[in-house]
Order: sequence, then C-alpha cells, then structure tokens
Amino acid sequence: MRWRRYGEHAALLDCDSLTQMSAAHATIVAARPDGVAELVPGARSLLVVAHPGSSALDDVRALIGKADLTRPPSGTPREITIEVHYDGEDLALVAETAGLSEREVVDLHSGASYTVAFTGFAPGFGYLTGLPEPLRQPRLASPRTRVPAGSVAIAGEFTSVYPSSTPGGWRLLGHTRTTLFDQHAEPPALLAPGDRVRFRSG
Amino acid sequence: MRALEVLATGPLALVQDLGRPGYAHLGVPPSGALDVAALRLANRLVGNAESCAGVESVLGGLSVRATASCTVAVTGPPVRVRLDRREVGSHVAVHLRAGQTLTVGTPSTGLRCYLAASGGIAAEPSMGSRSRDVLSGIGPDPLAPGALLPLGTTRGVPAGADVVVPRPAPAELVVPVVLGPRDDWLDDVARGLSTWWTVTSASNRVGLRLDGPPLRRAEAFAETELPSEGLLTGAIQLPPNGLPVVFLADHPTTGGYPVAATVRQGSLDALGQVRPGTKLRFDPS
Repeated sequence: MRWRRYGEHAALLDCDSLTQMSAAHATIVAARPDGVAELVPGARSLLVVAHPGSSALDDVRALIGKADLTRPPSGTPREITIEVHYDGEDLALVAETAGLSEREVVDLHSGASYTVAFTGFAPGFGYLTGLPEPLRQPRLASPRTRVPAGSVAIAGEFTSVYPSSTPGGWRLLGHTRTTLFDQHAEPPALLAPGDRVRFRSG
Repeated sequence: MRALEVLATGPLALVQDLGRPGYAHLGVPPSGALDVAALRLANRLVGNAESCAGVESVLGGLSVRATASCTVAVTGPPVRVRLDRREVGSHVAVHLRAGQTLTVGTPSTGLRCYLAASGGIAAEPSMGSRSRDVLSGIGPDPLAPGALLPLGTTRGVPAGADVVVPRPAPAELVVPVVLGPRDDWLDDVARGLSTWWTVTSASNRVGLRLDGPPLRRAEAFAETELPSEGLLTGAIQLPPNGLPVVFLADHPTTGGYPVAATVRQGSLDALGQVRPGTKLRFDPS
C-alpha cells in the first residue's frame, strides 16, 4: 500500500487488494474527516480529493496510517435486494462455460451476497464483488453495441446492472425493472460503495 | 414568464453552471462550465451570483430573443455581439427589451463564449446543478432553435463594469502540471510531456485528445493492466496508443489507463478555450 500524489489537492491510495481498498474506504467513511471533497473507490485504489486549503489529505493519511485495515469498522451497510428475471442472452453461454445447468447458474448468482466495491463506466453503474467462482468469466470477445437498461451482467470478478442503455461487453444473465439511476431522485443512484446487494429470482 | 427564446445555436450551445462535484463515487462526472472564470464574469456583469447557470456556446452563432426585459452579457474570448442590428460588444452588460434579439458572432480565437442573463437560466436542476454533462446525458438538453430558456428571479444590480479587457486565447500554450500519480508507468515522462502536442478535432467536453510523438510504457509496466481507478479533471491519461488525453469537466469518474500527470487547477480554464490545431506542451517543473 502506498500513497501517490494526484494533482494539487488529491492523493491516490494504491492498495494491495480490493479488500484492503474497501477497508480503507470504510475507515475514512466512519471517521468522516472534514474537508474531503470526493472519496472515489477504484478496483485497487482509493482517490481522496480535498477542498483546497483544508488539511484533509494529511488527516486521511494519518487516519489510514494508524488504522488496522485487517479489521475495518463494519458500520451498518445498506442492504438492497434487486429482483431479476434470469432471461439473459448469455445465460446458456455462462452455464456452458461454468459446466453447470442454467438453473444452477441462477441459483448461484441469486444465492450469493454482494458488496458494491466501486462505481464507474456510467452514473449508477456499480462493480459488485462476491461473485461465486464458477461465474467469474471473461467479457464477450466482441462487445454489444447496445445493452438494454436494467441488464444484469457478469465480467471477471464482478457482477453489475446496467443503469442505462449503453454499449457493453459483459455477459448478460437477465434483467431487472428496478431503476438504478435517476438524475432527479435523491439519492440519484440506487447503489453506493459499501452497500450490500442480493439478487432475487422473480 | 421571463425567458430567452433560442433562435439559433451555432455548432453547440449548452446550459452550464459550476457543475455537480461530490458525486464521483456514484459514477457522476463533475461537469460545469469549462472556462469557469468567464462564466463567473458574465454573471457578475449582469448582477447575478457567480454560480448562476448561463449558456456555453462553442464557436458562437448563438442567437436569443428576450420575451421580457433583461440584462445579458457575453464573455470568453473577444467576440462580436449584436443587439438586433447594432454592435454592442462582448464583456459588457447589455439591456434587452422584450422582443429584442442578441446574436453572438464567431470568436476569432478561443472556443467557448458564455452568455449570462439577469436571474440566471432557471432550467430544472439535477443533483444540484443545471450543467449539461455530455458524457452521461445528465442535465438540460442541448439548446435547439425554438427552445425557451426560463430566467430566474433577479437579485442584484448589474455591475456595469466598463473596464473588462477580454484576452484573446493564445495559439500556443504551456500548461503547468504536477507529475503523477502513475508517472513511473511511462518512459521518460517529463521529457515526453514537454514536447509540443497538437489538439485534435476529436476533443470535446470529456477531454482534449492530443497528437504528437507517442509516450511509451516503462519496461516494468509494459504488459501490466491497470485496475480502474478514480480520475480528476486535468488528469493526463495515456491509453495504449501513447497519445495523451487531458480530461475536462465531463470526464468518466474512473478509468483503466495510467495518468502520468495532472494539470494545475489555475490552467484548466485555458484548456476550455483551445481549438483543434492549437499547440500545447506540459511543464512538469
């Protein structure tokens, strides 16, 4: 783990693992130091942006320096259940790759508990960890030019839901009618880093 | 209703204010006016709070008709401004009566002019901002002929400053940067960034795309894939082709290519005014 300077008012905590990043994120969220303008988790890093003139970067550095990241504050994460119709175009491909039946793929995906590690790609697009091993599969060799909004998908160690219709290369397991992002809602995004998520087959 | 009716938009005209920072962890770009100082000045000239929404016009061609009397001002690079057929100039408060038309010409330098109107553009806000984010499609739709831009309630007295001297945008730019966070991922990065780069026409509010001698990955990182990490406005990212992308206000919130250096905040406004073909180099000292 090391800090890297990022412009005049930010620093990037380069982490050894996603677990360590999530622990650092939970530590900072629990302490709520003043002057933090943005706290942006990545797959192996955490970006801390300070309000100019604040001591937030020093404070966060000190906080992380003395924290035991093997025992992060657990807090009380939000728990969100998303109802999914497992009718995705790639369900058969995923089952074949995993050496399972489609029913078993659905049971595995809807039986696991996930955590929103970080976001990106599009507003409200969360990268969820906790995917069972047989479902950790590569992206499609050629991405689709249009993935419908609400598509529930997997790629690598992550699962996610496409909040809006975009191009995309993840394998599609199904779809949900739940709104993931609404620019006029408060909060605008259903999922935020640290949230616990379950998918229910419906 | 006090409003401006859009008659013509030029190449692109968007509602912009100071953006919606603070939502990066949800995947929402900061957005907001690219030349922040120009928007703030336009607002001051018409008696608004500096944070009011105005119109960001790419290469002019914007024409609006007032439905009620209001005060407007155009800032950014020097540009011709007409009230009906009369030349009134930029960087000055102009009073419009109902039915009068304001037209912004094409600036001979720079890229983005800002139109402020007394009361501010009162389009519906999203996440505390009226800025149009071209990456995510958040915020008011791009202006189109026939659209009505409602104006908010006036609160101040126009500044009426008569000594604002507009500065032409330079044809060459030296941009101060802070190296990192991943300068070690690239070979001889300080020297590579210090060479002259040309801004290409693939540039937009998401970022400036540059052409020049490609930077190469350092030996130790030649085959390494970077896990997605947070991005900042002003981040200079090096995709596999080695040609820098300088991220502007509508940048994605995370990205998977190394950021070699970050533009100092004092120079971001100038980047909002660079045209395709402009030469720039980075100063890492």
